[in-house]
Amino acid sequence: MSTSTAIPGAEASISSQPEETTLQVNDLSLFYGNSQALTSVNLGIATRKVTAFIGPSGCGKSTLLRCFNRMNDLIDNVTITGDIEFDGRSIYDQRVDVASLRRKIGMVFQRPNPFPKSIYENVAYGLRIQGETSTAVINERVEWALKSAALWDEVKDRLRDSALGLSGGQQQRLVIARAIAIRPSVLLLDEPASALDPISTLKIEELIHQLKDDYTIAIVTHNMQQAARVSDYTAFLYLGELVEFGTTDKIFRNPDEKQTEDYITGRYG
Amino acid sequence: MHKHISEQYDLELSQIRDTLMEMGGLVEVQVNNACTALVNHDMELAEEVRDMEARLNQFEVDLDDRCVSIIAKRQPTAGDLRAIVSVMKVITDLERIGDEADRIAKMALDLADSEKPEHQYAEFRAIHVNVVKMLKRTLDAFARLDVESALRVFEDDEGIDRAYNKIVRQSIATMQTNPQEVERSVSLMWAARALERIGDHAKNISEYVIYQVKGRDVRHSDAVEQMLD
Repeated sequence: MSTSTAIPGAEASISSQPEETTLQVNDLSLFYGNSQALTSVNLGIATRKVTAFIGPSGCGKSTLLRCFNRMNDLIDNVTITGDIEFDGRSIYDQRVDVASLRRKIGMVFQRPNPFPKSIYENVAYGLRIQGETSTAVINERVEWALKSAALWDEVKDRLRDSALGLSGGQQQRLVIARAIAIRPSVLLLDEPASALDPISTLKIEELIHQLKDDYTIAIVTHNMQQAARVSDYTAFLYLGELVEFGTTDKIFRNPDEKQTEDYITGRYG
Repeated sequence: MHKHISEQYDLELSQIRDTLMEMGGLVEVQVNNACTALVNHDMELAEEVRDMEARLNQFEVDLDDRCVSIIAKRQPTAGDLRAIVSVMKVITDLERIGDEADRIAKMALDLADSEKPEHQYAEFRAIHVNVVKMLKRTLDAFARLDVESALRVFEDDEGIDRAYNKIVRQSIATMQTNPQEVERSVSLMWAARALERIGDHAKNISEYVIYQVKGRDVRHSDAVEQMLD
């Protein structure tokens, strides 16, 4: 077992790199004003696999996730160095249309945030924004998205009811349906189940498992057992640095870094 | 290793290890007593070994139950996971060593009625001493998570296999030249076979020490040979 501790700027322990990646993070650092939130992160997000980001609060995992679709652009005083490539092209290139990027890289947040509209309109919304006017096409896509999000059977008879009348777990699956309706290639999930009850959590986890056939998924979670259950790769971040990255199997059975071991086994760091 | 944030978890893990060591100590005594009973034709000691067998079975059930409880409640990962998995496997090997001790005690009872043989069980005594030494080393390696000691157990086992083969050859020769010795020779061969099996179980336990410390499954491979080189 390695006994190394995180040294600023030290190389992360990377036991295996995915063969095919959709997103590639290269030497990424991020500052909120003078405060550094990410330090020289390098890793690849595997195509049509689930990559989990774990680490204590404030370690930078959500910040990193938000870099993937440039959500941090919305925050003042953020400086980013390094790069992220999406399908081989820099997402920070000046020519990149951020709205188009976010269509391809969808995001779901901790608290379900359906629009105060009908269930149907929530899912149709993104399609309408994209200029789709054919009711037949929209109907078909809404049904497909709701089925993909494992929600169709529960809502098919009340599509015109308000989305706000759904349970928390159903709302979160609706938000996922809304995200996939516009057929992104990547789904970013920021603590998607932390506000849900255990059964709804398992439904979301099962959904993630099914969605990875078609989508590249990156998930931030505080729940380590959840990371172990749903992900193929796991990245452990601590104080803004990537400490260790590898297959989830490796990280949870025999991590290389003592810091990783201490965190996932619930020890004092 | 740092302590867990949950002190109760630390306590549960250390209690399991302590109980396992207690079980190991009892197994060591059982093997030693069974062999001593055999060479001394001591029926009382052999009966004692047979009576203690139930106590070992109880250790197995109790420890298994506590390990399952930790898995259910704590979802152990990494080093903790490997520790629990190793303990569960070691329990099985210890219980089987106990079964072998019981078998030797049974052979001791079979032999106790007869005259002591001319050879005075010299070869058997030699294996007995080596197996007990090997078992001690194994349990120490497990208690201290000492890979170096665990590796030496594999070397010990080779010597025990050689000594066992020698007893088999000698017993066959005795049976061929002296048919009235057949019964006794068979019993002795069974007892030596039990000691040889105990060596194999000790080897298994050493494999779990390596797994627990290194995270490496060395079973059914030449990994140990490579490590010894």
